[in-house]
Amino acid sequence: MSSVPFSIGPAAQAAPVRPPAAQEAEAVGRPAPRPAAPPVPVKAEVRELEFHYGDFQGLKGLSMPVHERRVTALIGPSGCGKSTFLRCFNRMHDLYPGNRYRGEIRLLPDGTNLLASAVDPIEVRMRISMVFQKPNPFPKSIYENVAYGLRVRGEGNRRAIDDKVEQALRSAALWDEVKDRLQDLAFNLSGGQQQRLCIARALATDPEIMLFDEPTSALDPIATASIEELIADLKDKLTILIVTHNMQQAARVSDYTAYMYLGELVEFDTTERIFMQPKRKETEDYITGRFG
Amino acid sequence: MSTSRAGEDLAALRELIGRHKRRDVMFGIVGLACMMVGVVTLIVLFIDLLIDGAPRFSWDFFTSFPSRRAGEAGILSAWVGTLLVMAVTMVAAVPLGVAAGIYLEEYAPKNWVTDLIEINVTNLAGVPSIVYGLLALGLFVYALGFGQSVLSAGLTLALLILPVIIVATRESIRAIPGSIREAAHAVGATKWQVTYDHILPYSVGGIMTGVIIGLARAIGETAPIITIGALTFIAFLPAAPVQAEFPFVSGEWLFAPFTVLPIQMFNWVSRPDTAFHANAAATGIVIIVATLAMNALAIRIRYRIRQRIKW
Repeated sequence: MSSVPFSIGPAAQAAPVRPPAAQEAEAVGRPAPRPAAPPVPVKAEVRELEFHYGDFQGLKGLSMPVHERRVTALIGPSGCGKSTFLRCFNRMHDLYPGNRYRGEIRLLPDGTNLLASAVDPIEVRMRISMVFQKPNPFPKSIYENVAYGLRVRGEGNRRAIDDKVEQALRSAALWDEVKDRLQDLAFNLSGGQQQRLCIARALATDPEIMLFDEPTSALDPIATASIEELIADLKDKLTILIVTHNMQQAARVSDYTAYMYLGELVEFDTTERIFMQPKRKETEDYITGRFG
Repeated sequence: MSTSRAGEDLAALRELIGRHKRRDVMFGIVGLACMMVGVVTLIVLFIDLLIDGAPRFSWDFFTSFPSRRAGEAGILSAWVGTLLVMAVTMVAAVPLGVAAGIYLEEYAPKNWVTDLIEINVTNLAGVPSIVYGLLALGLFVYALGFGQSVLSAGLTLALLILPVIIVATRESIRAIPGSIREAAHAVGATKWQVTYDHILPYSVGGIMTGVIIGLARAIGETAPIITIGALTFIAFLPAAPVQAEFPFVSGEWLFAPFTVLPIQMFNWVSRPDTAFHANAAATGIVIIVATLAMNALAIRIRYRIRQRIKW
């Protein structure tokens, strides 16, 4: 078997042009991307992140950048902490007792530490949205599912909500399939449609970062392909973090890849380099299927 | 060795299977008999009541006050009393029970105090109803001065069915998958928004079922109502809640003396004159039909909601 079995997404190959925003950020003393990374602006900087539940330490000193308008994939064997890591970004762990964070995730350009106890998790979730492993639409109408994020934000203008709902459904490539039955129950949609509806729900509120937690693991190959296509389209507008246990998927959709093992970040680099010339032996073993 | 079994061996195997299957049939028969004990008893009881009470059914029976003459006596004051008491019970128990259930399930910190409260709530459902009657006699009738009134009776029964509603609320909340809750939190909803926009609407079917089953229990309760001193002979109706004159609504009925169906029945059963026993049987039919109707409604609601929301 070849040690490089995957094709690499086009975005990782194109030499990224450095937008002026990054230079600006540096000028006011914000952390620059790590030297290893190409000069793409950083949307979030993870520093020495630790996560504990009870006595168990789930994440051990993770540090990495999340590049703006790029797709970053988190890969690794089951139980390596990739979902746990992802759920730190929207403070999902706060919903359950006994969870503690240490270290920081700085959201740029404002520099808010997402994990600071002074920062309200609601604020974090309003800026960073999430798509889950299993499609989880509300047992409400298609329209209400997408509109819910706007209602939570106190949007009362019917026209504004209508527009946003349409826009989000179009971005999620679902509009044409549902435009004539927006008042139908979301449960009547197919699994793939439900997942795109959940993406529309997450998009409707203009998030800065979107988190995907194995978004296609409950879907058939055709639905999976449409979701992957969607992710490729979405990164023009926002920053995406995706957990996947499917390495081909990571290779197809992502620009950067982080390989995790037992709560540690083993290697972070462009997807191209992770898959073509990983620096660490462990990464190579996992990528080539000798392990995991 | 050959793969086919010898004739003898096969016969033994069939014999073994036959013996095991006989046990299947045996349990089927025993189980059926056990079930019949319950069902047949209920049916026989109901038919017996029907035979005794059916002749008494007439329009007059529902529109007449109790009387010294069995043939003229009716249950007007009793069913109106039951209706009013149930109204008070529902208004008092539903908000209290639902709010308590939501708090315990969604808000209460998970520690030993909550566990203790949880165990207590479940145990409250098993406290004999007459104990509630004694509590109510001291609290509502005397300490709060509500007297032997519709209000006291309604609140007493509300206490009685509170645990039922709390448990039903918690169970239907618990049936909502965590993924739905996480979805709502993930778009930035606060705890209250999640509760009000999602938890409550999705669990309303289960809560309503609990409320109706609670009320169906309350409608037949006799002991606590006797304890707080319901009268057995009421020949008038409480003031109507809606009045022709300003301010159009009146709370007077809350403090009126009253009787309810099971008390009326109890009163008639204890008369030596057997003519009254027919009245009692007829009243029993009314109570049973009301209870069955409420349970049927609860099942119907649950079925309807299940069709709409499947997890």
